[in-house]
Amino acid sequence: MAHQHDVLVIGAGGAGLTAALYAAHRGADVGVISKLYPTRSHTGAAQGGIGAALGNVEEDHWEWHMYDTVKGGDYLTDQDAAEVFAREVIDAVIELEHMGLPFDRLPNGKIAQRRFGGHTKEWGKAPVHRAAHAADRTGHMILQTLYQQSVKRGITFYNEFHVLDVIFNEEGRAIGVVALEFATGELHTFQAKAIVIASGGFGRLFKVTSNAFTLTGDVQAILYRKGWIPLEDMEFYQFHPTGLYRLGILVTEGARGEGGILRNAQGERFMERYAPTIKDLAPRDMVSRAMYLEIKEGRGCGPNKDYICLDLTHLDPEIIEKKLPDIAEFSRTYLGVDPLKEPIPVVPTAHYAMGGIPTTLDGAVIKDGQGTEIPGLFAAGEAACVSLHGANRLGTNSLGDLVVFGRRAGLAAARFAQANTFVDLPPDATGPARELIEGLKGNTGGESPFAIRKDLQETMMENASVFRTEELLEKQVGILKDLFERYKKVTIEDKGDRYNADLVEAIELGFLLDNAEALVHSAKNRKESRGAHAREDYPERDDENWLKHTLVYREAPGKVRFDYKPVVITKFEPKPRVY
Amino acid sequence: MQVTLKILRYNPEKDARPHWESYRLEAEPMDRVLDLLHQVKWEKDGTLAFRKSCGHGICGSDAMMINGVNRLACKTLVKDLGTDVITVEPIRGLPVEKDLVVDMEPFFEAYRAVKPWLINDEPPPERERLQSPEERAVFDEGTKCILCAACTTSCPVFWVNGTYLGPSAIVQAHRFIFDSRDKGAHERFPALGSTGGVWRCRTAYNCTEACPREIPVTQLIEEVKRAIMFGQM
Repeated sequence: MAHQHDVLVIGAGGAGLTAALYAAHRGADVGVISKLYPTRSHTGAAQGGIGAALGNVEEDHWEWHMYDTVKGGDYLTDQDAAEVFAREVIDAVIELEHMGLPFDRLPNGKIAQRRFGGHTKEWGKAPVHRAAHAADRTGHMILQTLYQQSVKRGITFYNEFHVLDVIFNEEGRAIGVVALEFATGELHTFQAKAIVIASGGFGRLFKVTSNAFTLTGDVQAILYRKGWIPLEDMEFYQFHPTGLYRLGILVTEGARGEGGILRNAQGERFMERYAPTIKDLAPRDMVSRAMYLEIKEGRGCGPNKDYICLDLTHLDPEIIEKKLPDIAEFSRTYLGVDPLKEPIPVVPTAHYAMGGIPTTLDGAVIKDGQGTEIPGLFAAGEAACVSLHGANRLGTNSLGDLVVFGRRAGLAAARFAQANTFVDLPPDATGPARELIEGLKGNTGGESPFAIRKDLQETMMENASVFRTEELLEKQVGILKDLFERYKKVTIEDKGDRYNADLVEAIELGFLLDNAEALVHSAKNRKESRGAHAREDYPERDDENWLKHTLVYREAPGKVRFDYKPVVITKFEPKPRVY
Repeated sequence: MQVTLKILRYNPEKDARPHWESYRLEAEPMDRVLDLLHQVKWEKDGTLAFRKSCGHGICGSDAMMINGVNRLACKTLVKDLGTDVITVEPIRGLPVEKDLVVDMEPFFEAYRAVKPWLINDEPPPERERLQSPEERAVFDEGTKCILCAACTTSCPVFWVNGTYLGPSAIVQAHRFIFDSRDKGAHERFPALGSTGGVWRCRTAYNCTEACPREIPVTQLIEEVKRAIMFGQM
């Protein structure tokens, strides 16, 4: 079936829905493709808050927020993006409130705010109350509110459609999309004047992750496969310090914002040694590394000394029940641990891709280090790299990113759609997608997609997670080569058309492998430690050689080419990063 | 431990009617039912179809009937079932598409019917609208809803009456009717006060027991009934 929309949005999480709402507000006819029902999107799993210098609890300024974001990103953050963000996120939060978002309130009726990692007052002096929140389900409330507004507006949704290809014309303008309808197995074409990619991250690369099963970097891979579109800063992948032991389910940093403390087996508040000023509220990359080191040096908790304790037992039970009800329930349900009585066992969990599809401040996708725009193609949210988060994202800044840059991308896409006409899709637009499906259904090599994915996730965790070395990354390059070979023989059981999750998971596995390739090669290439990219063999940050963004292109499977993009520095010169 | 997982299977591409299939599985007491379904799908039968996404009870994808009760597969642990025979079937009252996948469209149609968005045409202030913590608390329960349909598809009235909005849609309406910022109660009345609206509720309490978010669904429905009776909307 063929469809046509002025603006086509891929993904219905916070960024996609915001882009859709603003494009529709500008008069565009908008269609949204989601591989889920929109309210299932992973924005809904975000817990702790959305940071904005509202100053409702104490003095705060957007400049402080900008500074924290830049410093948190270990100075790889593009400072023009951080400035736009820190200014605009204030209005964005107010606007979410006007849309009906049920924020928690202060006694004076204003939006309540809590402390969060890396967010400080007076340029790093002390933690500041900046995260506007709705209990510990802020992301859920943002997703619900944006979906409510989309329903009100009558935006067209294509639920449970899997995007398999993005179509470009000869001049390199994005003109359409091919997607598989999960319910029927039918391939649909979508012709669009402008396309916004907001399809989220790829945490399922790793064994222990906070990410949904569906987060497999689909559109990043689709573009990367084209060969002429790069991915930016893929080596920077965030591990959130507090995932539930073994499961990786997120426990919000808000738990530490409300006073929770990380302790090792000796009961020591070890973050005092790593970040003497803001301790447990240091940025995530630092806390995750500290936890790894504590465990590595034999001070992990439990019989196998392989986790850290998140201690909330000293908090007023009312704070836990009222402000952190969901994480208390997760701990009780999945670990049988009541956080009122005993500490929660936690480990770092794969959480967020700082890198992704490179864009301008208006979400336009760019294809090289000079910032050459690809006409008709926009991206926002975790799928994109603007680069607001630099080498390490601060907590709460993902939710702000969704609404600030989702809005910018939606508006820019609507402007582009107004100024341009539809371009005819090639006669066999669905050809490559059909070949992909028929290839997978026809394969008889006997390789199980589940087994390949398990090996991928386990080896990525071992060789390319919190700490990295040349040796481990080189080893992982070899492992990936082997996994790509096995993938050629991947065989699925379900040959049917309806709700063929077997097929979809095999396709997603292919996307994951591409993301892994981009990540591992970029990590091997960057010979320094910065933010979330910690090289034991190059432990120092090297501004002289590496204060630049990586752009990785696929030349051929297993073979990549690098280009670089300068970091935009406006207000804050790079300094050593201490907390 | 060994468990027997019995799944009500149905593939309209080849089956005339639904049928049970059993799988012997090795399970840990702390395993989620979702883990067992994955074990079947990934290691025994790749054709099994079910929805899932976040895996920890937040996205609302995997509501199903487990040992006769509506629950989320990702939030139900083997140890909590207290038996080594586990039965899984699709939630009831919605057309089955394949195995555990049902057509959610009728459910979302009811959701849309109650106008589940903030209605307030007054120009907003420059900053946030003010709301006291007490005003905010009044509608807190309904904001937890993840639209999983566990409540609606546990409701005997919903099973037999195709026009009933169902508990979930009424919870959504409650969330706005009792929000001090909302001015749209009268706009929601036609749907809620009609024959398919709140008066269909027979207070069976199935919905309250089914809710994986522990929302007191029946109580919220009663509050909406009272609001209609006493002219609050």
